[in-house]
Amino acid sequence: MSNINFLKPNRKNLNLFLILGSLFFALGLIDFCLNNFYETNITGFLPSFVSFFTPLIFGMIGLHLVRIEFSGIKILDDLNKNINTSNFNAALSISIIILIIFSVAPLLNWFVLDATFVGDSKEACTGGGACWVYIKTWFNRFMYGMYPNAEQWRVNATFIIVLGLMGAGYFFPLKYKKYLTFYYVIFLPIISFLLIYYLISGGEFGLEWVETGAWGGLSLTFIVSFFSLIFCFPIGMMLALGRRSNLTVVKYSSLSFIEFWRGVPLITVLFMSAVMFPMFLPDGTYVDKLIRVIVAITLFEAAYTAEVIRGGLQALPRGQYDAAKSLGMGYWRLHLLVILPQALKLVIPGIANTFLALVKDTPLIFVVGLLELVGMLNLAKTNPKWLGFSMEGYVFAGIIFWIICYSMSKYSQKLELKFKTDR
Amino acid sequence: MKFKKILPQFLTLLFIVLIFGFFTMNAQENMDTRGIEFGFGFLSKEASFDIQFSLIDYDGSMSYGRAYLVGLLNTLLVSFIGIILSTLLGAVIGVARLSPNYLINKTASFYVEFFRNIPLLLQIFFWYFAALRALPMPEDAPLIFGSSFMTIKGLYTPAPIWNNFDVFMIALIVAMVAIYSFNKFAKRKQEEEGKQYPKFLISLGIFIILPALTFIIGGVDLSWSFPVLKQLAQTSFTYEGGMGIPPELIALTLALTLYTATFIAENVRAGIQGIGKGQKEAAASIGLTPGQVLKLVILPQALRIIIPPTTNQYLNLTKNSSLAAAIAYPDLVLVFAGTAMMQTGRAIEIVGITMATYLTISLVISLFMNWYNKRIAIQEK
Repeated sequence: MSNINFLKPNRKNLNLFLILGSLFFALGLIDFCLNNFYETNITGFLPSFVSFFTPLIFGMIGLHLVRIEFSGIKILDDLNKNINTSNFNAALSISIIILIIFSVAPLLNWFVLDATFVGDSKEACTGGGACWVYIKTWFNRFMYGMYPNAEQWRVNATFIIVLGLMGAGYFFPLKYKKYLTFYYVIFLPIISFLLIYYLISGGEFGLEWVETGAWGGLSLTFIVSFFSLIFCFPIGMMLALGRRSNLTVVKYSSLSFIEFWRGVPLITVLFMSAVMFPMFLPDGTYVDKLIRVIVAITLFEAAYTAEVIRGGLQALPRGQYDAAKSLGMGYWRLHLLVILPQALKLVIPGIANTFLALVKDTPLIFVVGLLELVGMLNLAKTNPKWLGFSMEGYVFAGIIFWIICYSMSKYSQKLELKFKTDR
Repeated sequence: MKFKKILPQFLTLLFIVLIFGFFTMNAQENMDTRGIEFGFGFLSKEASFDIQFSLIDYDGSMSYGRAYLVGLLNTLLVSFIGIILSTLLGAVIGVARLSPNYLINKTASFYVEFFRNIPLLLQIFFWYFAALRALPMPEDAPLIFGSSFMTIKGLYTPAPIWNNFDVFMIALIVAMVAIYSFNKFAKRKQEEEGKQYPKFLISLGIFIILPALTFIIGGVDLSWSFPVLKQLAQTSFTYEGGMGIPPELIALTLALTLYTATFIAENVRAGIQGIGKGQKEAAASIGLTPGQVLKLVILPQALRIIIPPTTNQYLNLTKNSSLAAAIAYPDLVLVFAGTAMMQTGRAIEIVGITMATYLTISLVISLFMNWYNKRIAIQEK
């Protein structure tokens, strides 16, 4: 016991250092928590500047004391290797731990502990936390917009059928697998369009007609992104091929089309579809707002898709083109059978990013007066009975969008791994 | 063979001409029936609407052209601030994602996954309508850093008042030129004679001393005007003096920065990861210090991978700044494609000008970045 050197922790007095270190570390955290949540400063006797940093100093001393290599205790070794390699690292780690405690505790309070879950009016919300009653009351509006309550089963039915059809491709017998592309690119959009036209819009078969202005909420987000996704992909592919074509007119018209759409913000494109486009149509013709929006978003995203696909086309070695040509393939057979299947595999992450951007851009359709989820939130916020709950609404929408986008990006990473082939 | 080449081109051309022809004919007809004449003469007419926040002198008696300029400058201002802040934040987060420290690494990736999967518009709304609305009223606002007030009506900070500001600016420019030529000279000396100067220290010295000299001999004088609380009515307070930054600008900058930084962070991470381990090891084995390894070996190579996608993000940020219209920050879209169009009803001209402006900004940024990219590209022999 004679040679304990506190500046150099060693293995001999492992237990002593461990206990001292944890004590200091705990002291630091307790000091921080007391300061922030109970308003008592146990280090108040020190100058205020020093007292402010005491949690950090205590924590660093603690971590310094337990920084012992090859201690033989697995947890300690892992800890040292991952968050405690040097004094600088220890300081960063402690700052982050403190930051996490500092932000998680109030968030937890707001989300759960102080929040109100039961009730059906604004008066039920008396706690200091979130008022989830607001979301509960407005839930149908956030999902379906102004769509009549009694008719909402039609929206649900449509979505379930479309989802079922999309999933059905997965169970195709091997014999018909070659028709899969045809199924997804041509059959599915047509069926979905008919479904939406007859079931959601209605007007025939004894169903009440619901104008597109009443559509809204999350279901509108899905409808707009679904159609834009389906259409922007083939258009983008044609543009990408056009941009790499040898034919001067085709090349430069594709090029200027792509550069034009990529150079302007979506909001101005939507402005254009709202106020400028009707001027370009013969007097008296009227194109539905929703269709105008979908066309605008499709053309806009198609330009981005085209650039992504072009990247994939450029990445293919020349040998692939030469080999296919030497087999006597023409332009279309060469691209459809040899080049595109390989190029598209390469650009899965890029295309997924474009699609994600598209989903995240849909809230912008508020410009033309269509209210999807975020638009409905802004409408609900101004309701005199429910003033002052904008925070809950935005958090709710944020969680929903986050789940959609995060799962899409994870799925694309899985696809990327699945299709990864060595060339 | 020739026919096969000409036919598709002819068809494309025909298609384009037909579409454009159809549109122009209809537009002509529609404008005739409504009695509007195509032209840009309205730009010099009196705008007669006010803009809340403007970098240049503006009031309702000035022309639509002036209003356009105000909107354009506001767009450029928010893009400029956003680009600088998001680059700094993105670089820090990108490096943090590569940290061996588990906590830092996970916090950084949590940040990236969180902010980039939520629509930007939602984030802007969140900051503007939810977060900034929770700030105190002007009369209850606490003092920050002894001089600023963060209130529901925006941020009030001290404003600098300069005397002979132009002298100071000239000194600054002279300092820049001096630093540039000194570095060139030092580099040549090092290549020719192997002699090294403390480049950084001398540059810093020039940068500080030259402008500081102007205070002593150039007659430059700097004082600060502090925001002071003033009572307008019984319950209405405001701040006078100082610089007021409207909450719209703060919310927009915050959202744009946090959102774009996630993409830049990913670019930075990819760039640094894209450099082989061998490069670092080789550099270390010839005796470079870790700082030198980073400065002379890693960064020059990583920048080549980082810059092209980051340029794209800068362009996206500039275009995304048009979302300002949603929270009534008077940018180009709100002022020009919004208010001015409502008043004049000239949809085609105004949307056309707006789009052309954004196209030009995009083109300028991408040209500049292409030039920069070419400059730092590997000179292959």
